Amino acid sequence: MATAAVSPAYAGAHEASHSGIWSWLTTVDHKRIGALYMYTALAWFGIGGLEALIMRWQLKGPNGHVVSAETFNSLFTMHGTTMIFLVVMPLSAAFFNFLIPLQIGARDVAFPRLNAFSYWVYLFGSLFMNTSWLAGMAPNGGWFGYAPLTTTLYSPGLNIDFWMLGLQVLGISSLAAAFNFITTIVNMRAPGMNLMRMPMFTWMSFIVQFLLILAFPVITIALVFLQFDRFFGTNFYTMSAGADPLLWQHLFWVFGHPEVYILILPAFGLVSEILPTFSRKPLFGYPVMVYSGILIAFLGFGVWAHHMFAVGMGPVADSVFAITTMLIAIPTGVKIFNWIFTMWGGNLRFTVAMKYAISLVALFTIGGISGVMHASPPADLQQTDTYFIVAHFHYVLVAGSMMGLSGGIYYYFPKITGRLLSEKIGNWQFWLTFIGVNLTFMPMHWSGLYGMPRRVYTYDAGQGWEIFNLLATIGALIQLVAALIGLYNILYSRKNGEVASNDPWGGGTLEWSIPSPPPEYNFATIPTVTSRYPMWDTKSPVLTSSVPHTRHGDERSDFTVGGKHVGAIHDHLAAGTPEGGVNPNAVQASTKISLKTAEELGIPIPYPTIKPLFVALFLTLMFASLLFIHEDKLQLGVTAIIVFASAMTATLYLWLTSPLEPDHHH
Amino acid sequence: MSTAVASHAHPPTSTGLDHRKIAIWAFIGSECMLFASLISTYLIYKGRSVVGPFPHDACNPPLCATPLKPILNIPVTSVSTFVLLMSSLAMVLALAAVENRGKPGYEGILGSSKFWLMATAVLGTTFLGFQAYEFTSFVHEGLTIRTNLFGSSFFTLTGFHGAHVTAGVLWLLTLFAIDVKRGLQPKDALLVDISALYWHFVDVVWIAIFTLVYLIK
Repeated sequence: MATAAVSPAYAGAHEASHSGIWSWLTTVDHKRIGALYMYTALAWFGIGGLEALIMRWQLKGPNGHVVSAETFNSLFTMHGTTMIFLVVMPLSAAFFNFLIPLQIGARDVAFPRLNAFSYWVYLFGSLFMNTSWLAGMAPNGGWFGYAPLTTTLYSPGLNIDFWMLGLQVLGISSLAAAFNFITTIVNMRAPGMNLMRMPMFTWMSFIVQFLLILAFPVITIALVFLQFDRFFGTNFYTMSAGADPLLWQHLFWVFGHPEVYILILPAFGLVSEILPTFSRKPLFGYPVMVYSGILIAFLGFGVWAHHMFAVGMGPVADSVFAITTMLIAIPTGVKIFNWIFTMWGGNLRFTVAMKYAISLVALFTIGGISGVMHASPPADLQQTDTYFIVAHFHYVLVAGSMMGLSGGIYYYFPKITGRLLSEKIGNWQFWLTFIGVNLTFMPMHWSGLYGMPRRVYTYDAGQGWEIFNLLATIGALIQLVAALIGLYNILYSRKNGEVASNDPWGGGTLEWSIPSPPPEYNFATIPTVTSRYPMWDTKSPVLTSSVPHTRHGDERSDFTVGGKHVGAIHDHLAAGTPEGGVNPNAVQASTKISLKTAEELGIPIPYPTIKPLFVALFLTLMFASLLFIHEDKLQLGVTAIIVFASAMTATLYLWLTSPLEPDHHH
Repeated sequence: MSTAVASHAHPPTSTGLDHRKIAIWAFIGSECMLFASLISTYLIYKGRSVVGPFPHDACNPPLCATPLKPILNIPVTSVSTFVLLMSSLAMVLALAAVENRGKPGYEGILGSSKFWLMATAVLGTTFLGFQAYEFTSFVHEGLTIRTNLFGSSFFTLTGFHGAHVTAGVLWLLTLFAIDVKRGLQPKDALLVDISALYWHFVDVVWIAIFTLVYLIK
């Protein structure tokens, strides 16, 4: 129990974590870190979108010359890098942060300070990479950075250095976060939340964390080789020394293809939350959805060379990778059908979130099917490096990932902020996005099949590409309007949106049992979970009659966790009302006056701390100092690296030796 | 029951294990891919160097300016490998000393976690000394990280391993400092346990490197 001596510490932490810029810089609350991820990723979405718009403006007609060929190279490089590493991954991370603890009934992630560190590394790494624009040396080697093209021999400027060092820093952010979320999901599930009761978003996130920890080390090493080649004169990518010109491609795509699933599975998870809620039906084929996700991730490590059919690996390698690639369409197709069957016969409500979710199901399928087309090496040889490929992966990533994540924003905005986004404005945004996305990317299938190569900065008239490019540019402008409407909706609804109850949509999972926005401790009482849809068990049990339950008298209803007996069935949610009834804690929580503070409940809240921010800052500066070595300022570079490495280590020791939270047990 | 759960500072973990134990295993899994990438590259580039020195073959003009013997010194590296393996033994004894503090049979040297932690760190540092000697002698014999594909991939692979050993030594010295300051008790065993997992992992990686790089021609 908290003693009087400890109380001021609680109060201090409580006060400091609620107001002002300082509270955001020092926060270790997973919900606030999730919000930081979301707003930062949306800001980069604006930058990455602007880069795309400039390219579309250049390509709207033949012989366009808005920007030079060199600038165009930087634009497509940074557009791809930004959208993948600075937008879709962190936007997914925003949901990992915000949702995973809420969905599994936990009060925070396993390592709250490491979580803050992950965010700050992401922020500083993304800023570092983009300062290259200000220096006039933006990366220009493509988001895939193929060596030997990116070695000093062919790319002597600092451009590639900004890219590879930035990517290295961002990788540290993703890895640290992945260790954190794996531990959180393995170890912090509420009693009764066994693996096959976890919400599908948490399941897909769990799988993504494994992809991250297994795929990122590979690109880390590929980038280390590139750094050593560029800074220290090693020979990893030096053809004259006998190096293999495919080494980078293999290492990059061993990372790069799992990366595709890192980008799409979180959106699949969000859609698997949205569809059941707005169909008023449990997710169809839950176990198969789980196994399909695992199978996609597993096969995802065995398909990388389908990005390399054009390099001539030979018929055996081509055939093997063609077959594994086609196989991966099976579990993906299973997911599509399960979503359709979830909606089948359901009581559908077409909210904006639902529309986004349905459009993912429809449009991702188009991208998936064109993916199966170039899984065949002979077809791929015609399509590779044309706009057909651009059309394919934008259907997967924009019409897939971004649609799912946008749906997630509409679905979870009330839980994050306490206010609903306007459905009226949202409808405008959705339909303009839907039209804009299809108008932009559908014509690219044709320009690609008519032979228009990727990454050309301009093209001649008379090749049959004009109309498709014009349509794509018009589509991009419509997407711009849609994005601005979305931005307006967020700004407007944050202040003026309808106030959200605990459960504005009638969701089935635990995050809807607590107030919107949740108190800093999330759950006043850790819930005990008896099925996949604990909220429906209490509010509308008829909906969950078909899913497995813990029953009264079942020995599984008495949970022993970590050697401690933690109680019987439904002690929190149902509270003894046989029909389900209303969650007494939810009622208490929904009237904000009676919402208790952490110290009243005796729940220790981690101290806010600035140390993770500084460790992240020194880490980024340490990597940035390597730029001096490229500039032949070896002494300055080494000095700066040693200074920042020492500062980082010292701050890290301060972090590790300071207590996480008030000592609770006396 | 619910009030009891509410007043818990932290509910018991789902597995009964400490968070740090789960995290270190995830970290080790990730590190496996890191070293797999390094080792694969070394093996792919084996025998592809266009100039010497070479690991297992003599090098004669015109591939080398002067005739060179195979550069790897297997007897010396066998000794350093033995030193590193012994450090894992010392690590096991350090953990046992902390876990069994005060129990019968752990009164003397066997119960001195300070001794075994320092012994592990010293053995690790000895291994690093061998590596420094090896690197220096290779440079004197004309093999740098820039010389050829073998030099690039060898120094990067073993250098990464050496960096991991260095991090481990710093970790062990930190634990030693804590032990000196306040004495590690059985409730602190987890701190030693996770560092031991890391240390043994780095040791196992060296066994793979020693076999694949040094022993197999």
